Amino acid sequence: MEIIILPLFLSVLAAAFGSKVNKIVWGALSALTLIAMIWVKSNLNIQNDGVWHTTFDMPWFSSGIHFTLGIDGFTGLMLLLTNILSPIIIFSINRDKQKSLLPLILFMQAALNGVFMAKDGLMFYIFWELALIPIYFICLLYSSKDAFKTTIKFFIYTFIGSLAMLASLIYLYLKTKNHSFAYEELLAVQLNHIESIWVGAGFLFAFAVKIPIFPFHSWQANTYTHAPAQGSMLLSGIMLKMGLYGLLRWYMPIAAESISFYQPIIVTLSVIGIIYGAVIAIKQNDLKRLIAFSSLSHVGLIAAGFFTLTEIGIQGGILQMFVHGINVVALFYIVEIIETHAGSRELSGLGGLAKFNRLFAAIYLIVVLGTAAVPFTNGFPGEFMLLKGVFDYNTISGVFAGLTIILCAVYMLRMYQFSMLGESKTSFKEIGIKQLWPLIILVAIILVIGISPMLILDKVNPSVQKIMLEISNSKGVLS
Amino acid sequence: MNSIALILGLPIAGFLINGLFGKSLPKSVVGWLGTFAVLASFVIALGVFNDLRLNPDFQNGLNFKLYTFLNVGNFHVDFAFSLDRLSVMMTLIITGIGSLIHLYSIAYMHEDEGFYKFFAYLNLFIFNMLILVLGSNFMMLFFGWEGVGLCSYLLIGFWYKNAEYGKAARKAFVMNRIGDLGLLMGLFLIFHQYQSLDYNIVLPKIADGSTSVYMLTAISMCLFVGAMGKSAQIPLYTWLPDAMAGPTPVSALIHAATMVTAGVYLIVRCEALFYLSPITNNVIMWVGLATSLLAAFIGLKQNDIKKVLAYSTVSQLGLMFVAIGCGAYTAAMFHLATHAFFKALLFLGSGSVIHAMHHEQDIRQMGGLKAKMPITYITFLIGTLAITGFPFLSGFFSKDEILIAAFEHNKIVYILAVLSATVTGLYMFRMFFTTFHGTYRNHHHSFEKVHESPWQMSVPLMVLAVLSVLGGLLNLPKYLGEGVSHKLAHWLAPILPMAENHSEISHSTEFALLGVAVTVFIIAFLYTRFKYVSRNAVPESDEKTPYLGKLLVNKFYVDEIYDTIIVKPLEMCSQIVDSFVDSKIIGGFVSGISSVLLKISNLNKRIQNGNIEYYLTFMVIALALFLGFNLLF
Repeated sequence: MEIIILPLFLSVLAAAFGSKVNKIVWGALSALTLIAMIWVKSNLNIQNDGVWHTTFDMPWFSSGIHFTLGIDGFTGLMLLLTNILSPIIIFSINRDKQKSLLPLILFMQAALNGVFMAKDGLMFYIFWELALIPIYFICLLYSSKDAFKTTIKFFIYTFIGSLAMLASLIYLYLKTKNHSFAYEELLAVQLNHIESIWVGAGFLFAFAVKIPIFPFHSWQANTYTHAPAQGSMLLSGIMLKMGLYGLLRWYMPIAAESISFYQPIIVTLSVIGIIYGAVIAIKQNDLKRLIAFSSLSHVGLIAAGFFTLTEIGIQGGILQMFVHGINVVALFYIVEIIETHAGSRELSGLGGLAKFNRLFAAIYLIVVLGTAAVPFTNGFPGEFMLLKGVFDYNTISGVFAGLTIILCAVYMLRMYQFSMLGESKTSFKEIGIKQLWPLIILVAIILVIGISPMLILDKVNPSVQKIMLEISNSKGVLS
Repeated sequence: MNSIALILGLPIAGFLINGLFGKSLPKSVVGWLGTFAVLASFVIALGVFNDLRLNPDFQNGLNFKLYTFLNVGNFHVDFAFSLDRLSVMMTLIITGIGSLIHLYSIAYMHEDEGFYKFFAYLNLFIFNMLILVLGSNFMMLFFGWEGVGLCSYLLIGFWYKNAEYGKAARKAFVMNRIGDLGLLMGLFLIFHQYQSLDYNIVLPKIADGSTSVYMLTAISMCLFVGAMGKSAQIPLYTWLPDAMAGPTPVSALIHAATMVTAGVYLIVRCEALFYLSPITNNVIMWVGLATSLLAAFIGLKQNDIKKVLAYSTVSQLGLMFVAIGCGAYTAAMFHLATHAFFKALLFLGSGSVIHAMHHEQDIRQMGGLKAKMPITYITFLIGTLAITGFPFLSGFFSKDEILIAAFEHNKIVYILAVLSATVTGLYMFRMFFTTFHGTYRNHHHSFEKVHESPWQMSVPLMVLAVLSVLGGLLNLPKYLGEGVSHKLAHWLAPILPMAENHSEISHSTEFALLGVAVTVFIIAFLYTRFKYVSRNAVPESDEKTPYLGKLLVNKFYVDEIYDTIIVKPLEMCSQIVDSFVDSKIIGGFVSGISSVLLKISNLNKRIQNGNIEYYLTFMVIALALFLGFNLLF
């Protein structure tokens, strides 16, 4: 509970005093949530046995609707990601006028923590929608007129998706014995084949838009491009993980009866998305658009990995959710630095920036390598596991998905080359070490996970076992 | 402390110190630190080698597990290493030649502002290469495999301000990644079949012959695709000549002596697998042969001293694959070792020339250098003689073993391999004579200023020259006496359980084949000597080269063909998908829905116009319909 209340409280504070206090203070306060989370976790003395432990429970406006929060390894990892990245996103604010973003980001942090902890269907839905409100304003506040249209499009698109999910949740609610939204009750609902397909469709539509899975991605590139850097970071780093999280935590165990129906469809769409995103990324000129399509490609692989229903695919997917969050935020952070210091984020106008700042060049290179899944960086273990999962599920899909290791190298190295190497076309303002610290933290995470992925996998393994068990209990889809 | 940990730990420590603090350390400290890190690894490896050789309890080598890298479900991979007879041989080559090249780089890179970065990258490369050969499972191999690819990328593009070099670096990385995808698929298949990636578990299971030949062929073809990328075989060879954009020590270390031989190492490591896949063996043999010939012919018309050596490397690697395809694994390893000696020597020699000529690489701009650079001249001569097969030098023995294996296997392959050896002689002596003999032809840079290189550069040259002369001792043929012959074959015998080592060829046939080899050498030598020394010919400019030569100068237009059939279409596809499919079809569909909704709402709006008559009319119509409906049914 503290984990939600704290950033919420801070957000109110920030709304009141935001412009008067240095952003570093706010970043540090936001990081407090991380400390609070670790404190709560150690205080509760929760065993990491895969059970989704309830940490807070309070009846709400009807007996069937509870304000229930829970934590397990999977949720813990997502909270870790959210609360590491939020302070870093706050640090990335470097223009004074952007200070009004502060309360919004903190509010977002609270809502996201809620999404990952909610153990009640309605709570999940409410937090899910709450997270949409601040991001809508973040995207809208400091952008051109052009952006208004894309932001509205993004909002309506994802909102329709959310409504579909709500419909599914309500249907399930009506089917529960005691009319309850509690996770366990929803799990226990038995659906026949047709019902499960419709209920599944509601969930899947909401998640597919949010993740996004090809071809539900058309809001993505433009929204990322028009949003301020903080918006792109929140969206790609944490918010799209909501979709992936929902897929594994809510859709798969609850509507498990429909998995066998959707499995080939989603795997195929995801694999198409992997190649589709990568191919488009190859010729992009705008760095943000490039990252948007690269992101489409990467999350496609995660979704495909989940739907293989192999243990290695699911674990790899969870690891990669964390890894992708770290890498993509680092990339957007880098783009923000380049844009503010070199005056452009078009590759055609950049080049040769490496000679100005060696440290920045090295950091950027490591992030690029992490994204391209080079061994000893965090991208490698997850991508290896996901590809193995997809390959085990279907050899042809595995080979096509595997093309990502070639295409990703093509567009990531091109991106690095045209921005950092070659003859310099622009000047590059001095970057203060203060601005690089968040990146150095991210790079350290990239290397540590790359060297020892078991640090994370050990934590989520029990949850994955539990979720897989629930899926197979609901419907003997796993033999 | 554990020897494996030290062998691996020293180079990575060198990388970390130089990478993090090198900028503020003096150049001499950086250089010597990097060099000693590798040299110390070499000395420790020598100790292990001695143990393996003398101590019978030690036959299985050293094993060392650092930690569990992945443990998910039934998939378990350790970060573990083993030092056996094959890997100790590779380790000695890597650290031995590596330390010489580090020493050489101290002088060669002295003027460079990125000096510390260079040594950090070199150390990192050595570390990754050692992981590749010391890993005790396929995952570790893949780690090193990608790691050396990364270092290769970093070092080819070392002079990053040059966009062309950057392009070459990316080309190398991407082409290697194509091979890596094959290797990765091979790994998945291996795990699928054997539930493990450990050499000690997988290889015996393969050897027991219970796996279907289809599966073995699929696995071995996947692994060979990986080898094609790393060892620059057709169709993935075009990155290697471009990789010469990197500083010359890099070309010597990575693109001649060590990394590019990783493909050969991989196949020799999985000998049982390839031995049991005859189809793959045939593919390897023909691909190797075609690569060897193609590259040798291209080498005939190249005028950049490093490009000649690059094509020569591709060609020699092709020969190693011919040996593998013929089942002569020892011969492949033998040639790998001797090639590492003489090709490193030749590259370093060319570096010495380039250094003296102030970065001139065109052999048409050289000539008569032997007077000014005696050490470089003599050592380069030794290298040239070794690669062209001058009797009793290292290349003579190793190449001969491959030729004999080819002769036993298939006469056509033998003839074509001899042809490749002949062309090797022609392009090597052409380059050698044009560079060191004749008259000096450079007008920008006076002959007086040409100088011999400092000792840090000439010492490695001399050491490698000695190795190029004596390298044959590793595996002398039987006709020189039972006691001294086939040392390497005996050494590797436990690693190569399947390959039969008995040669059915008689001594007289063997001598006849030797005669052919020597004749070929003499012809190449005399022809080029006549043309480039007696007649003092200089290779003509590229534009003036006629028909067939033009094809060679332009490297058979392979780069252009790849550009037309792969790169351009991919880029076009990218643009079409972005500007048409994504925005018009998928984006259009979504906007379409919203505009349809908008239209409906507009229609609706028109109805709700506040006009009472309208409403009343609709009410009446609705009532009528309702009543009519009730009456009818």
